[in-house]
Amino acid sequence: MENLITIENLKKYFPIYGGVLKRKVAEVKAVDGVNLNIYKGECFGVVGESGCGKTTLGKTIIRLLTPNSGHIFYQTPREIVEAIKYLEKNDPKSKALKYLLREYDIAYLRGRRLKKLRRFMQIVFQDPTTSLDPRMLVKDIVAEPLVAQGIAKGKEAEDRVVKVLEMVGLSRTHLYRYPHEFSGGQRQRIAVARAIITNPEFIVLDEPTSSVDVSVRAQLLNLFQDLQKELGLTYMFISHDLSVVECISHRVAVMYLGKIVEFAETGELYKSPLHPYAKALFASIPIPDPTRRRERAPLSGEVPSPVNPPSGCRFHPRCELAMDICKRQEPPLVDVGGGHFVACYAIAKKE
Amino acid sequence: MKFKVPERLQPTIREIKFILRRIKDTPLSLFGIAIVMFFVVIAAFAPLLAPPVPGLNPYLIPSDPALGFRVEPSPPSPKHPFGTTLLQRDIYYGCIWGTRWAFQVALEVIIPIVAIGVVLGLIAGYYGGVIDEILMRFTDIILAFPGLILAMCLVTVLTQANWTTIDSVLLSIVLIGWPGYTRLIRGETLRVRNEDYIEAARASGASDLRIMFRHILPNTIYSIIIVASLDFGGIVLTTAALSFLGLGAPTGWADWGRLIYDGMSFVSGGLRWWWSWVYPGVFISLFVLGWSLLGDALRDVLDPLYRRK
Amino acid sequence: MEKAVSDEIIRVEDLYLNFYTYEGVVKALDGVSLDIKRGEILGVVGETGCGKSVTSLSILKIVVPPGKIEGGRIKFNVKGKTYNILEFNEPTMSRVRGRYISMVFQEPRAALNPVYSVGDQIGEVFYLHRKEEIIKAVIEQLKREIETAKGFRKRVSRLYLSLYEGMLKNPKSLRVRLASKVPIVRRFRNLMKKEVRKRTVELLRTLRIPDPERVVDMYPHELSGGMAQRCVIAMALVANPILLIADEPTTNLDVTVQAQILVLIRELQKKFGSTILYITHDLGVVAELCDRVAVMYAGNVVEIADVMTLFKEPLHPYTQGLLESIPRPGKPFTSIPGVVPSLINPPPGCRFNERCKYAMDICWKQKPPLVEADKEHYVACHLYSGGK
Repeated sequence: MENLITIENLKKYFPIYGGVLKRKVAEVKAVDGVNLNIYKGECFGVVGESGCGKTTLGKTIIRLLTPNSGHIFYQTPREIVEAIKYLEKNDPKSKALKYLLREYDIAYLRGRRLKKLRRFMQIVFQDPTTSLDPRMLVKDIVAEPLVAQGIAKGKEAEDRVVKVLEMVGLSRTHLYRYPHEFSGGQRQRIAVARAIITNPEFIVLDEPTSSVDVSVRAQLLNLFQDLQKELGLTYMFISHDLSVVECISHRVAVMYLGKIVEFAETGELYKSPLHPYAKALFASIPIPDPTRRRERAPLSGEVPSPVNPPSGCRFHPRCELAMDICKRQEPPLVDVGGGHFVACYAIAKKE
Repeated sequence: MKFKVPERLQPTIREIKFILRRIKDTPLSLFGIAIVMFFVVIAAFAPLLAPPVPGLNPYLIPSDPALGFRVEPSPPSPKHPFGTTLLQRDIYYGCIWGTRWAFQVALEVIIPIVAIGVVLGLIAGYYGGVIDEILMRFTDIILAFPGLILAMCLVTVLTQANWTTIDSVLLSIVLIGWPGYTRLIRGETLRVRNEDYIEAARASGASDLRIMFRHILPNTIYSIIIVASLDFGGIVLTTAALSFLGLGAPTGWADWGRLIYDGMSFVSGGLRWWWSWVYPGVFISLFVLGWSLLGDALRDVLDPLYRRK
Repeated sequence: MEKAVSDEIIRVEDLYLNFYTYEGVVKALDGVSLDIKRGEILGVVGETGCGKSVTSLSILKIVVPPGKIEGGRIKFNVKGKTYNILEFNEPTMSRVRGRYISMVFQEPRAALNPVYSVGDQIGEVFYLHRKEEIIKAVIEQLKREIETAKGFRKRVSRLYLSLYEGMLKNPKSLRVRLASKVPIVRRFRNLMKKEVRKRTVELLRTLRIPDPERVVDMYPHELSGGMAQRCVIAMALVANPILLIADEPTTNLDVTVQAQILVLIRELQKKFGSTILYITHDLGVVAELCDRVAVMYAGNVVEIADVMTLFKEPLHPYTQGLLESIPRPGKPFTSIPGVVPSLINPPPGCRFNERCKYAMDICWKQKPPLVEADKEHYVACHLYSGGK
């Protein structure tokens, strides 16, 4: 399967300023070395709890944020990625490397070239109430990507808006209204319409169903699946709702404190999560079946602050299987078979 | 043909209807609006209500030759409903044309202040960092200027360049007034800047300029309207006060403050020449009151409206 | 629906509540009836706007205007007597809140005052509702002190003892008031503060907060969501209330923290013997925690049953729809078609009629009453109320 997006060692830190002179005193290591591939046409789920960096990861991939280091390869054939990795190791100053990075690495694009990228990568935010400008008409909100990027305007833009509104289940009568006149589910549809109007290839869905009602959730999820088939989209579906991710994603990655600790195909991951954190996370989901109640909480303690993550494996203070090496060195993501990757010394040893 | 325009304006019309309904529910705001409307009508119909003398600048209050050029004011009479002031200038005429003049002065000051405030405030709030620091320090410096002294200096300097006193005074008010709006708009920009829809606009490829004027500004406009309507009265009051001190409209100008200045010598007589300072005073007070009530009413109506959305 | 009075703590009967807004009158509660039995965890499930939060606010009479209770009774059984909460005046309600009925809200950091430490805030509840107990404990401590102390210490302790006994008899006496103002003498109150602090730390420990000695002095913004919510629960439990109302307390928390809190709530319930009214929209949480469940839709209670029965044999079409819409892998996403009706202009008859696949003629004409379709299983649906 073709890789649409390849991410190498992506890092995004947020500085914290303090003191009288407002110097940088610490950094929030939101994304701290993430490697991942997203295949064309798939729905890639990313789960984790607050502070794990999944939203930051999504926003950095589509370049709403600029990474501190690492690479984001978009539409890059595997051979080129390999070539770049090879060159980086052996001949980091070569001109060829510089050229290749300029061509394929979107991590450090700026200005006009970055603007051109916007057409292909879009995002749907979590809260449709705050992600739509309350002082703009629906028509203008949905047409904005076209107008801002100079793709279309006026009547042509309006026609495209109508087409896209109909695709998400709204209609022409909704053009001249303000967002507050709609329900939560409808607002989210408007946000989706805005995201697809430029015919993008990749859409980051950042907890798109978390702020809407349960009955509306299903409608939106069906919409996402239909659009994916119709328009050949690739999704990155970020959520903390594990049951929703299970039903819509092809592959899922679990994040903890800025790193991916496990990823695999959905069925495989949900059937047998291997990483201790992933196991505890899945075991914590309340099951809507009163005959299966839990006696103990699967995981004790709290998530540490991403400003000062623990040394070595981030999870070692809370992990039952923690060994000596876990405190000293970060475990790499290891393939334990069938495309199932885990970053854990204890598990890797077992498999 | 008929259906194209209404569709486009429908949501705006709905909003205006909603605002009007809420205003209706607050009696005090209705009172304020009534006062402001009253003054707007007077200003609009000034030439009808107090016909100017042909050939003379309508803003110069004509004196009545029939009463001679006596210094003492004459009491109200059918010909001079509000009486006359110094040198037999008709107070009624002065108050009517003074209304128009008040609006002119207020607009001449508010528009530049708001414009400067918007531009600087948006830039400072949006970009933050060093730009924000520089602009804010500069604003702080300006805020430290004593307005009255600045006015007097500007008057002295600019009369050399043939500026009229009133123009210099207006310039000084503008120079003193823009930091307030800059701060206001900068604050609002900071609030709006972190909203999701701004990020969404950036994800849609909007340029900084587009974001500032198409997204941030419309969301800060309510605060601007509220403060501006409160300031409307405030500016007129300030110019009246400066006129009262002699820095303002020239002799015989239809300016309420000037009228009070003219009537100043007659205050010592107690209520003997009451019409020379009571009428202009009432006009000023009512004007400021109306705009204050309107501003307060707008604040009550617009703020929760915003929050409710 | 007449039941043995001693069994129930709260019985809400035909509660009507309206919100008077600019858009019109929102008929938020349309004759809500439910009962809360002693010692149980009753879950109230429903979507946004169904009225579950507003029902709980009504029980505590903290509904904010433009909301207004328009009818019904809320029967409250305490100490062998039955009262109607809706008839209580404000001073009486103040005595009830926090002491007999307390509430935990959704956002912990909004429920905590950011300028006071959590210890101070929990301590405040001690002072409000358990002051006598504290004073008695201090008196005991002082008595013991007096026996073993000598000389100056003994005299000071005697002084303090008399002050505390005075406080117990008449807290507003001139003597006590004066003593509280005079510097140095007023240090006698420190004993009380120490006792409160001791109990606060104990309470935090019961709530499984690690290192409670340190946490007691921390400010809300320094705590994580889970810890903050535990502090709020601590505040609610200080006075050992008969009823604890929890309005979506874990919705904003991470799922692992939620699991901890749910286990904790079950433990606390067993330990303190409190009755809990747990409001949520998450059916998984309901299955995990509750003994009985009430399902609400658009301002009505549509089904009440014990948790096993509700999940195994839901009777009301809305409950069935809700259970079906739980996402399951491999199955397409299903939801209940349509949207929640406007509560300003609700449809006549049963408010679920537009979306119900079993809707009959009568469903558009008459509102179905809540009837006992099976043992302890109540449904508000014409399918079961013989309205054919």
